[in-house]
Amino acid sequence: MAIETAVIRVEGVTKRYGAVTALDAVSLDVERGEFLTLLGPSGSGKTTLLRVIAGLERPDAGRVYLNGEDVTDLPPYRRRVHTVFQQYVLFPHLNVYKNIAFGLEQKRLPRHEIERRVAAALELVRLPGYERRWPQELSGGEQQRVALARALVLEPEALLLDEPLAALDLQLRKEMQRELKRLQREVGISFLLVTHDQEEALALSDRIAVIAGGRLQQIGTPREVYENPETAFVATFLGSANVFEVEIVGRENGEALLGLCGQTVRVSLNGRSLEGSRAQVAVRPEKIALRARPLRSSDLVQLEGVIEERIYLGNATHWRVRVGDRCITVTEPNRPGSKADTFRDGQRVFLCWTRESIIVLAQ
Amino acid sequence: MRVPSGAGAHRWLGLLPAALWLLIFFLLPVGLVFLMSFAERGPYGGVRWTFGLENYRRAIDPFYLPVYGRSLLLATATTVLCLLISYPIASYIALRADPKWKRLLLMLSVLPFWTSFLLRTYAWMFVLRTEGFLNTLLIKLGVIESPISWLLYSDVAVLIGQVYGELPFMILPLYVALERVDVRLIEAAMDLGANRMQVFWRVLLPLTRPGIVTAVVLVFIPSLGAFLAPDLLGGAKSAVLGTVIQNQFVQRNQPMGAALSVLLILIVLGLLRAASRVARAAEKR
Repeated sequence: MAIETAVIRVEGVTKRYGAVTALDAVSLDVERGEFLTLLGPSGSGKTTLLRVIAGLERPDAGRVYLNGEDVTDLPPYRRRVHTVFQQYVLFPHLNVYKNIAFGLEQKRLPRHEIERRVAAALELVRLPGYERRWPQELSGGEQQRVALARALVLEPEALLLDEPLAALDLQLRKEMQRELKRLQREVGISFLLVTHDQEEALALSDRIAVIAGGRLQQIGTPREVYENPETAFVATFLGSANVFEVEIVGRENGEALLGLCGQTVRVSLNGRSLEGSRAQVAVRPEKIALRARPLRSSDLVQLEGVIEERIYLGNATHWRVRVGDRCITVTEPNRPGSKADTFRDGQRVFLCWTRESIIVLAQ
Repeated sequence: MRVPSGAGAHRWLGLLPAALWLLIFFLLPVGLVFLMSFAERGPYGGVRWTFGLENYRRAIDPFYLPVYGRSLLLATATTVLCLLISYPIASYIALRADPKWKRLLLMLSVLPFWTSFLLRTYAWMFVLRTEGFLNTLLIKLGVIESPISWLLYSDVAVLIGQVYGELPFMILPLYVALERVDVRLIEAAMDLGANRMQVFWRVLLPLTRPGIVTAVVLVFIPSLGAFLAPDLLGGAKSAVLGTVIQNQFVQRNQPMGAALSVLLILIVLGLLRAASRVARAAEKR
């Protein structure tokens, strides 16, 4: 049974605060040794889910299992998962050594054992010799590392991370992302990370669970979730996407004929089934090419539009192109001699993309 | 109000009201008591302004030793009991109560403080006396058959009255200290394997130590000089420093009372110094 292999199993967990439902029957497995990210906007319930797993919140319904053992009714101090909090939450009255030793002293380990393990933990987070420093003297990144050491030194079954990088500036955040990935590989335990940063989720995770409105939207590898989002929400929250309302003209053999902006396109359903006469599809902006003239190919979707806005982003350019009564977003990488350089606002252009770029969204 | 700026006399002018206040209401009376403590009792109860150490010699006479002892005991017991009662109350209000009830709960816990201490002490007399509220209640409930006569005019009654009177002074500073504790530190400690007791000893107590020192000082010092509760609720043998000092002034031996007062002030100053050392040591860790 899967219960034996999943480090953390969440089954139908519901949590309400008064009239607000923070979590609505969420089920989720965290496999041994995997880096799973809970990705969602603020207020989506992702932090609540983490706190339910840590034991800091009690669910109104549903069960939480650690290594197959039901821990739903256990207090946080009896669960072998530990948390790295958003603002690190180091004990201000204890130095770095005492902070990291906190959990070990709780277990009444012999002194030399504690010293050895604290030193090893500091080595692991690359802060050797920091034992006698005080939390207030440390930079944000250093405090973050101490918080990681404090949790990892207890050798938890899984490490829970609640937006651990949100308080850091961009440079440091990138550096700590690599650090997190390295740490996870080195210690080999499961990491469950909560974040609202899609890039962070894509870069770090073995799997991403997108959560919104207290519900699990989709779970899969970064590639699966990005390339084949199930819903318009997932498509637009993880990366950006142009979502089109389409008409279902016909279906056969796992493919469908769709009426998209006046053209009929044959697309693969990717295992999804379509009912009724209307559906939604998504196209990623970077999969659309801008051309001055239409291309001679029946395999492409081509639409004529007028450039409304361009936003220079350094490595790429964002275009907003008006097609009929709607705007389509296009992202083109900035390559030398790119034709797009010559386009001006108000110019007539052709948008083209392959039919493989069309993602049929679940209804 | 104008903010005094610039140099010279203007700067000191602003301090004048405070300086006058201190002079009239603090330095003058204390100075008077200090001078009086070296004087002599006059033949008709007045003060003869002589200079001698006779009052102090009598004040440290073994005859007064039990009085000092009882005062220290009363102050210590009051402080310890207040602390044991207040810490759970203050931590509940500060850390666990629903924010919308916080103000109300806090107000309720310091409400007694709004009426005079004298009235509240009289109320305790009504509760504790032989045909009082407590005895009547216990008899009605069938717990006892005849009233307990030793409730009022006893050390227990003094302690009850004193603890009750000082409770708000303990709860308020503890509340302020606990209110400032980041709840996430408690969660972090629990997450790292600390149960409620361990969270208390290893996180809450160290973080609120300065507040505890303040609260202890605020309760201990007045209790050391307490006279209302011992006087009204205590028996004949319950003499403490406060009641003895009061008696001296009433019995027209003002110089003796002054000497005992000066000694009380010295004891308090010594204890304050010790307390501030403890607080500073806590700050330095």
